Parts: sequence; C-alpha cells; structure tokens
Amino acid sequence: MIAGTPLLLGTVGEVICERSGILNLGVEGVMSVGAVVAFIVTYTTGNPWLGLLAAIAAGMLISMLHAFASVTLQANQVVSGLALTMIGLGLSGMLGKPYVGKPLAVKMNDVAIPYLSDIPVVGPIFFNQTPFFYMAILLAFAAWFFLERTSLGIKVRSTGENPRATETQGVNVTLVRYMSVMIGGGFSAMAGAHLSTSYSKSWIEGMTAGRGWIVIALTIFALWNPGRAIWGAFLFGGIFVLQYLLQPLGISPNFLAMLPYLATLVILLAVSLKDSKKLNAPAMLGEPYKRGER
Amino acid sequence: MRKIKKLEMRGISKSFQGNPANRDINLTVNSGEILGLLGENGAGKTTLMNILYGLYQPDSGQILINDEEVRLTSPLDSIHHGIGMVHQHFMLVQNHSVLENIALGYEKTPFFFPKIRIRDKVVEFARRFNFAMDPTMKIWQLSAGEQQRVEIIKALLNGADLLILDEPTSVLTPQEIEDLFHILKDMKAQGHMVIIITHKLDEIMDICDRVTVIQKGTVVGSADTATMDKRSLARMMIGREVLFNAEREQLPKGDTVLKVDGITVKGDKGTPVVKNMSFEVYENEIFGVAGVAGNGQRELGEAITGIRAIETGRVEVKGVDTTNMSPRRIYDAGLSHIPEERIRFGIAPGLFLYDNSILKQHHLKKFSKKLFLEYSQIRDHAKSLVESYRVSTHSIDVQTKNLSGGNIQKLILGREISEKPPLLVASHPTYGLDVGATEYLREELLTRRREGGAILLFSEDLEEVMKLCDRIAVMFEGEFVGVLDSGDPRLADIGLMMAGSLRL
Repeated sequence: MIAGTPLLLGTVGEVICERSGILNLGVEGVMSVGAVVAFIVTYTTGNPWLGLLAAIAAGMLISMLHAFASVTLQANQVVSGLALTMIGLGLSGMLGKPYVGKPLAVKMNDVAIPYLSDIPVVGPIFFNQTPFFYMAILLAFAAWFFLERTSLGIKVRSTGENPRATETQGVNVTLVRYMSVMIGGGFSAMAGAHLSTSYSKSWIEGMTAGRGWIVIALTIFALWNPGRAIWGAFLFGGIFVLQYLLQPLGISPNFLAMLPYLATLVILLAVSLKDSKKLNAPAMLGEPYKRGER
Repeated sequence: MRKIKKLEMRGISKSFQGNPANRDINLTVNSGEILGLLGENGAGKTTLMNILYGLYQPDSGQILINDEEVRLTSPLDSIHHGIGMVHQHFMLVQNHSVLENIALGYEKTPFFFPKIRIRDKVVEFARRFNFAMDPTMKIWQLSAGEQQRVEIIKALLNGADLLILDEPTSVLTPQEIEDLFHILKDMKAQGHMVIIITHKLDEIMDICDRVTVIQKGTVVGSADTATMDKRSLARMMIGREVLFNAEREQLPKGDTVLKVDGITVKGDKGTPVVKNMSFEVYENEIFGVAGVAGNGQRELGEAITGIRAIETGRVEVKGVDTTNMSPRRIYDAGLSHIPEERIRFGIAPGLFLYDNSILKQHHLKKFSKKLFLEYSQIRDHAKSLVESYRVSTHSIDVQTKNLSGGNIQKLILGREISEKPPLLVASHPTYGLDVGATEYLREELLTRRREGGAILLFSEDLEEVMKLCDRIAVMFEGEFVGVLDSGDPRLADIGLMMAGSLRL
C-alpha cells in the first residue's frame, strides 16, 4: 500500500496534466525536487506539513518551466519534459548534498482511523496508514470528480481533445494548460514529499528510483482515468515491492523492474485490439496549440 | 430584446506573413436579414469572419455594433456581444457528448454537475427549433447535419443575435440543407441576423436577402439578391463569364484500360462494402460513379488504387494484374490518382511545393540519380507545373499548406496528369472548390479524355457527373444499381437510384 501511494499521487497529477493535452515527462524530476524540498523544510522547521506545502509550491514552480516551454513557446513537449527531469534531478542533488544521510527527527506519523483500524487483517492495511495514503485516495476521487463532474473539468478535457474548438468557445486554452501542468507538478511533488518525509525519512540522491517513469506508464495503464489509477497504482506498487521480496528467491530484479512497463504494454495492446475508440487518449496530447494559425 | 440591431465592419485589413487576406473591407448587416458572403476559395471570406468572431485581430479597421465601436479581442468578447459562429470544420470535441460540448461554451454552465443541470435547458431549446437528438450521444456518433445543429444550439444558447455560418452546406445532404434553411428562416423571422459564407450561387439566391461579393480580399460588389441572377453573380465573383456548360464532344470508345472483375472490399468496420463488383473503363472515356456518400465509393477507389486490400476478384490496368499491388507499382502500371481529402492524402502539407510536385514520381529516372534527388530537374518540373496548370503562388519555395484548396488541387492535378497516364482515378476532384477552379479542373479532365486517357471519376456532384461523364454508374450499398450512357433518358430518375429505390 505504501509503495503505491507516491505512484498514485504522481499519476493523478499526470492524468490531469495529460487530459489538458500536455505530456509532462518531467515527473521524475519534479518528484525529486519535491522530495528534497520537503526534507529540507521538515528538517529545518521540524514540521512535516510545512515541508509538504513547500514541496507542493516548489513542484508547481518548477513545472512552470515545462508549461512555459510547451504552452507559450510551443516547444516539443518530449524534449522539454526530459529536460525538466534532468533539471529536477540535478537541482535536487545539489540542494540535498548537505542533507544526505541525515535522519529526520520528526516525520509524518501514521494515522489510525478509529474503529476501522481495529478490523482484523483489513484494518491495519487500509486504515492505519500514512496521511499521504488517505490524501492520495481522496485526491484521486476528487480529481475524477473534477474532470467528470465540473465545468472546469470539461474545459480541461476539451482543451486536450480539441484546443481550437475550445478556444472558439471562449475558453483561455493557455491558462487551462498552465493550470493543469502546475496541478500535475504539485501532485508529483507531493509524491516526492511522501518518499522523503514518510516512506524513508531521509534524503539520498536518486531516491525517486524511476518512480516518475512508472507514473507515466501508469497514466497510460489507467487510460487517463484517475479512478482506474487507484488500483493500478497499488498493483504497480505491489510489483515494485515484489522486486525486493522475490530477489532472494533467485528471480532477477531486473526482470521485476521491467514488469510495470510490460503490464502497461499489455494493457495498451489489449485495449486497442479490442476497440481503439476506448483507448481514450486525449486526441491532442503532446500537440502544441498555436493561436491564430491558419 | 436583441443585442445587435446593426453591425458594421469598416475598412478592415488583415495580412498573414505579408500576404494580404483582407483589404479595406466594408460590410453591413441589419437585424432580420440574411447576408451572403460570396467569393472564391482563398478570397478571404473566412478570415473576415474570424476577425468578427475575435479569433484574429485586424491590422486596421473598425467594427461597430449599433453604431458604437467595439473591440473584439477574443471569441469571448464576441460571444458577449451576441455574435456566434458555426465554423466550416465544426468546433466540436469529437470524443465528448453533446451536453459536454454545449456546457463548454455556455456562459451560465454551473460549476458542479454541469451536464445534469443544463440538460433540461438544452432539450427544451432543441425542441424549440425542432431538433430531435439525444444529448448524451457522443459527437462522433452524430451525422454532419446533427453536429451542425449542436453548433447552432451552442451559439443560440449564448444569446447569439448574429450567427455566422461558414460554408454550412458543404457537408450536408440535400434534405439536411433544406432543414437548415428552414431553421435559418425561422431565426430570421425572430429577428436574428445571419451571415452565410458560401461559394454556391444557388444558396445565395435561395436564402439570402443581400449578398456581398469578395474577390482577392476586397469587396467587389454588394447587392440585393432580388435584383441579381446566377450568371451576373458568378461574373461578379470571378470577374469574368463562367462557362456553365463544358463542351464534351463525342469520341469513339477505345481499348479497355481498367478492368474490374468481381471485387469485394471490406470497409473500416470489417464488413464488405463493395460487393462483387465488375466494370470496365475505356480509352477516351470518363466513367462516373455517383451516389450518396458512404455507399462504398471511397473503398472502391482505394481498392483500385492499392490503398485498401481486395478480398476477392481482380483488377487489371492495361492488361496488367494490379490486384493488391502496392500503390507505387500500380502507378508504374499506368494509374494516377487524385485522392479525396487532398490535404491529407494528396500532399505533404509541410513540404515545399517543389517536393510535392514529384510525390510518387521521385523514383523516376528524370528526378533521381541513384540515391540522390536531382533538385534542379525537380525545380524545373515544379515551375512548369505551376505555369501550365495555373497554380497561383508567388514562389515554389513555399510550404504547400499555405496554398488555397483550389491551388493545391491544381498542383495535384498537374502532378498526376502531366505524365499522361493511361488511367486517372479522380475522387471528388472539385469538392469544395470555387467556380473558377472547378471549371478549370473539369476542362483539364476533358482534355485528358480527348488525348485518349481513361478517367474513373467519383463525385457526389450530380451536375458534374452529368456534364463530364460518358457513362454514369450509380452506387448504392456497395453495388451498381445502374450504369447508364450519358444520353439515357432514365438519368432523370438518378435521384431514385441513389436512394436505392430504383434498380435497373
């Protein structure tokens, strides 16, 4: 469950971002920045919640880079996203240098939900968890509600499907895309904060360990639906943990590390073979939109 | 209460990368009036309307509503001022439902549960204009006519008093056109004003009160339609007399060029859409395939040109079996192709004009030397095509997408027939073109026929089919329901045949 939490947070953010038509491959970098900022702020102030807020702010800020490049400058989103990953990883490594290996005195404590956590077996798994776990689930539902049941959600989705049509309806496409990229960045940074202040309670360079890439695979796996992201994230989280559990049994960890991506491929193939209309990928994903072009 | 009683555009000019699209345009519309905006492709009609809708900013000029100057810097401004627009290519999100599309543009959409809460309003509104539709359907499930109605509802819900329709009839069936005109007349009676962009003279005569004619970005005339006839309108539009009757002399039938023998072809959904079809096309002949869209014409054309697999049967071009050969090999066997959807299939829009002038021919000896292209030859070829097929462009070093539809089509035509192929398959060659370009293209097809070429023509334009073709086949549900000579009196019943209610 714990392993799935950062994946879920990151995926929900990426889903919102991609539904607006912007592919953000910078998740890994933003996650890393979120992790280091959360750690530093928590370490200095002793308040993990403050650390979380700082991480979210930092994540949104650094995502602006990607938004600026891909929305305003209409650059290639793959390149810009990869650049964001590298900047994020590098920046977090640099900022975090003095903090490597230092333990965190305070951390995000697990919260047991009264009564429910007393249920045998299920209780401890679902109802005695880090606050991030509950937030992730709640936010996933909230994101679904936002996309499917609010007018702003319709605007976000329409922007990803057909920005020109959306603009003719009087919607500010640029603003919607900026907003979505920043929300995505905030979520990714939250995932990072979970890693450094709750999951491992320390900072080391590269601690995101490819989770950002799994998030991108997971976004496709979830077919851009935050609801489906929930079980997908915990499935992938399980596979992630399995790497460590199965290693002693002689199964190559490299093989297991491959599994999330393999699962994504299988799902993609299965769905598109069955009915490509169901694939649901935002039609204009990754396409820059130029206003006033003929 | 109408927000707009009078709209005026004064001295509007706009250019794109130095190419003037509108020059000093003046235009007035009053409430309860339908104005036709007539002009050839690329005359600048759509640009002008996009300025009015706030999508483009004019370089100079004013827009006045009720004699007061307004600035329209975004579609939102225009919507606030009561202007609505239905674009030629519908501005709808295909994967979303009708409700979601309407909610997107509707100003009073509530934040939470928008779909449920505007549903009643939409249904009621639709009923007022006699639209029957299920608002939870996805846009891609609707016909073009239904999609257009969604667009109209979208505009009217936002209180549009001025509705701009860009080429509203180009995708509609005759019945749907009639329905649309009915709606427009209703709207006019209720005091709305409507601007229709079109290059179809009949429509102007049918429905518009006044017409403003634009030529190469400037207004060349304005008149009440009651005082005009088709011929004078056409003259106004292209600045010269139009030949409404292309001359087609009798020619003796030559040898068989295309032989189609019992072919069956599957459509996109995997069901057979061309069923056991056989026919032949001869030298000196234009063989026309008419029919309502979606009866297998597209698949038949694709099968013959090698784009789509043939399940059973065989196709021969000049005695060579070309069944399921690659399009390039079929081209080498003597078949040229003017595809439908010229921008998607006819050209590479981002490449330069000279690149596009040799698509499919790049491997020919004269354009290449071993692995390399002979650019000097190619450029000469492109220049001669531009000249002999009257492609209007200021240079061959422009991206092909910057040309207007008619000029792109002329370039494709030149590329495909300059080698004088024995067989030309032309799919909707004049679709969406203005009178001048259409006339030119038809002339060229007839010339090719005179030179001994065989032409297989797919067209939904009956007038065109009747004028050009020696034999006309009517296609319905994957079969020919009749093949008639051009003089056959039974052609009078071609409408019934197209609807499948008459079989010969």
